[in-house]
Amino acid sequence: MLNMADIMETISMIQDENLDIRTVTMGVSLLDCADADIDRSCGKVFSKITARAENLVSVCESIENKYGIPIVNKRISVTPVAMLAGVSGGDPVRYALALERAAAEVGVNFIGGYSALVHKGFSPGDVALIETLPRALGETERVCGSVNIGSTRSGINMDAVRIMGGIVKKTAEATADRQCIGAAKLVVFCNAVEDNPFMAGAFHGSGEPDCVINVGVSGPGAVRAALEELSDEADFTQVAETIKKTAFKVTRMGQLVGSEAAAALGFPFGIVDLSLAPTPAIGDSVASVLEEIGLSQTGACGTTAALALLNDAVKKGGVMASSSVGGLSGAFIPVSEDAGMIAAAESGSLTLEKLEAMTAVCSVGLDMIVIPGDTAPEVISGLIADEAAIGMVNGKTTAVRVIPAVGKNVGEYLDFGGLLGRGPVMAINGGSPAKMIGRGGKIPAPMHSLRN
Amino acid sequence: MKAVITVIGKDMVGILAKVSNVCADVNANIMEVTQSVLQDYFAMVMLIDMEKMSTSVAELETRLTENAAGMKIHVMHEDIFNSMHRI
Repeated sequence: MLNMADIMETISMIQDENLDIRTVTMGVSLLDCADADIDRSCGKVFSKITARAENLVSVCESIENKYGIPIVNKRISVTPVAMLAGVSGGDPVRYALALERAAAEVGVNFIGGYSALVHKGFSPGDVALIETLPRALGETERVCGSVNIGSTRSGINMDAVRIMGGIVKKTAEATADRQCIGAAKLVVFCNAVEDNPFMAGAFHGSGEPDCVINVGVSGPGAVRAALEELSDEADFTQVAETIKKTAFKVTRMGQLVGSEAAAALGFPFGIVDLSLAPTPAIGDSVASVLEEIGLSQTGACGTTAALALLNDAVKKGGVMASSSVGGLSGAFIPVSEDAGMIAAAESGSLTLEKLEAMTAVCSVGLDMIVIPGDTAPEVISGLIADEAAIGMVNGKTTAVRVIPAVGKNVGEYLDFGGLLGRGPVMAINGGSPAKMIGRGGKIPAPMHSLRN
Repeated sequence: MKAVITVIGKDMVGILAKVSNVCADVNANIMEVTQSVLQDYFAMVMLIDMEKMSTSVAELETRLTENAAGMKIHVMHEDIFNSMHRI
């Protein structure tokens, strides 16, 4: 029979430590929906998504009941809409509205893919899509957008960086009456991945199959609880080992649920994204994992090293547990979604500069950070360029999801509610990179020998 | 198809009886039971065969919770434990 201690461990991970399947995300290719007539194209998009994802929510719910594991979100990612807009022309916002209708029809809470990949340059569809991001994200609730502006192989498209600084700000302004939520649905990437199941940066890459099921697991609370059991004298080998073992168990659960969902829906199983994704619930926090390793508060000297160890150990445990690990896989450090990060930002322990250093070793980048509403667009562009440079040079995915809080300043808050949480406005260096951002062109790709 | 029922809570008379009665009602065959009482704390793990069970896992959990008030009861498919704890 099963070991009683193992059974109790699983139950307390789920009941007390907030272990859950964070998302089951169905990737749907819309390439076959492209039509020179935008009306017909939008119609095909709606029909294809609603046909493919018809049973997504009900299948996930039946798996939740069968295994007793919460599946928090059911989502859809689609082919970057810029590709469709390039074929059909017309106003890309109409695609956003079609996506919104389809998402509402099948009952998912987010649909990602109002996206463009412009790391090497713009096509007409990309330009049209980027210009309409503020409107598309403002007029919809469920649609998420992303733009890839750089990669290790192609360098950074600084024209796109310049434009995106302004777009982030306009998107926040377009939703100023709703806590600037538009900007929380917009991610600017360097080295974006094609199979990421997590929002807001999910899109269905062109190298993916027609329809695929990807799963994102979570579990910072379970990792923290496992570390709590260790004595204060335990050395780093033991810390890494404990994290690996927990990540293994969490990922096995993701693999089980993902393959079961894929089989029930009749689509191939894609990947498990073994990310530690925090929620605002107390204890379900990546910051508290770092503090459990031995920091007085996240942001203290030592934070980057602790995060590097955590991120690496999570991957090592997860890779053993599933043969199809992908997505972003690692530790997320969103500020507003993590009670420990919020506390550290409020006390002044965690600054934007420290967060930037942390992004060099975490799974993604500057995430869910609220900045003053009067931040100049070129300052946001500068922030995007810095973050993209870290990703480009280190060959990792980095991203910027900052929310300019219109009319608010340091000391005030934006409250998004739900999983997006609540973020304090954080100070940002006000020095102007206007001349640098104004230069445009491309930062050349880095060389891959002489690495230091 | 097997499931694991776990029951945790303050010890009292008749917990095992209440749980096994519900299992009998829904035609779930009990394969194995492990239970322990530590101080006043009762913990039980029960393995059941769901092959001929007349209800769903979620429904069974609801009925058990209604019948043994005050106890924390979970019913989960055994695959979840196998995949998490065995290589």
